Amino acid sequence: MASVYRRILGSRVRSQLAYRVSFALDAAGQAVAQATELVVILAVFAQVDTLGGFSRDEVLLVYALAGISFGLSDLAVGQLDDLPRWIRTGELDVLLARPLGVLPQLLTSDLQLRRLGRVAVGALVLAVVLAQGRVEPTPLNALLVLATPLVGATITSSVWVATCAVSFWVVDGREVANAFTYGSQLTTSYPITVFGPWLRRALCYAVPSAFVAYFPALALLDRPDPLGLPHALRYAAPLVAVAAVAVAALVWRTAVRHYQGTGS
Amino acid sequence: MLRPYLRLVGAGFRRHSTYLTASLAGLFTNTVFGLLRVAVLLAVVGPTGSAAGYDAADTGTFVWLGQGLLAVVLLWPDRELALRVRSGDVAIDLARPWNLQLALLAQDLGRAGHAVLIRFAPPVAFGALVLPFRWPDSPWSVLLFAVSAPLAVVISFALRFLLDLTAFWLLDNRGAAGLYGVATGVLCGLTVPLAFFPDLVRTALYATPFPGMLQTPIDLFGERGNPAALLAHQVFWAALTIGAGQLVLTRATRKLVVQGG
Repeated sequence: MASVYRRILGSRVRSQLAYRVSFALDAAGQAVAQATELVVILAVFAQVDTLGGFSRDEVLLVYALAGISFGLSDLAVGQLDDLPRWIRTGELDVLLARPLGVLPQLLTSDLQLRRLGRVAVGALVLAVVLAQGRVEPTPLNALLVLATPLVGATITSSVWVATCAVSFWVVDGREVANAFTYGSQLTTSYPITVFGPWLRRALCYAVPSAFVAYFPALALLDRPDPLGLPHALRYAAPLVAVAAVAVAALVWRTAVRHYQGTGS
Repeated sequence: MLRPYLRLVGAGFRRHSTYLTASLAGLFTNTVFGLLRVAVLLAVVGPTGSAAGYDAADTGTFVWLGQGLLAVVLLWPDRELALRVRSGDVAIDLARPWNLQLALLAQDLGRAGHAVLIRFAPPVAFGALVLPFRWPDSPWSVLLFAVSAPLAVVISFALRFLLDLTAFWLLDNRGAAGLYGVATGVLCGLTVPLAFFPDLVRTALYATPFPGMLQTPIDLFGERGNPAALLAHQVFWAALTIGAGQLVLTRATRKLVVQGG
């Protein structure tokens, strides 16, 4: 079973690397896309010294962790942005008829390696911030730095899957999903202290963006939560990821079962 | 002479009014992004009360006008013409008794008109009612904005047209369009006011058409800068980019004929 997917993914990767220049341009475009928010952060800190109680390097740490998570998640599930097209054209019916899961088929329909451009920018900023020595080089912190992007990508991907399932009900509602998928790129890249109480409840806790980068960054920086939230939350990301995957799976299953086809 | 183009403006308007749910979905997204952007910028302005000459109300005005205008000027290219170039369908467009660039401009103005109603008015109204917002002191500023916004649409259209024409040479302009799409948000002043950038960067940006696509109408509404100079910058770039489009189109058409299309 796994070997089928491995063969599918291998063919996708080979087809992209066949056109090297086009691939390099695409990857550069993704890197620029990720860097635009970096430009915003730097422009903001040209005007002020702290943002939501955090210094420039601290915000950059949150941004870097969030950027790597978003890039990995875009790599894994970004193809779902095409879901409305699959539904509208009726191509989804083909997937339903095959003896493989619909979601795995959609996810392996494309593996856009160019999205590693985003990961590269995040990793670069992370390296620069870590080189400043703001984070104590302890074994626990090393583990956190390595695990946070993977856990964060799992949370972001779950949000992506759950919100893209909206397309099964509203065919041209793709942009609603964008508010949560690309919107989470914004909410995860900044300390949650910059968002007001309502936005924080909706987009940092209910959609668990705060666990992608903010709480792990608090642990890495070894600083108390300005909002006075429980200390344990900073290590809670893996549990949140498990819950997010469960919710996403439930929403996706309900959505696929609801699917009736557009009749085209 | 002008009538067919006026009809095209109407056609562009009607075409986009058929996708109402898509427009409403886009509206929802704009509003969420607006709330997030306002939050970040308010946190910047918060401690001292102002940053780079922006206070809380200016920040709200900047964000909501920007979120509303981005769909009106259409910052992100749709590549419709580029795909027709690639498939060869553009031959039909060129054979029609019209000036292709002006015909597409007319349709784009119609599209923009529809976007003003569905994508611009609601987020601006929401922002003005719910959050800090600064209305202009002088009613003339609203008029200046009403002149400047269509100029922004023209500049944005002309750049998108040039971008699509690159498909005559590249065949697939996805890379170029992608790069343009991700860069415009910062260069036009959508994500952060251009006033936040260091002087040198800002001067360099005003040597390009990008501020004229978004920041200029917002500045005229917010009564920042010299209106005459800002409008002159827009008129200059609108004329230059439309002229460049005509020139490149002529070249591209010749190339199409050479290929035997």
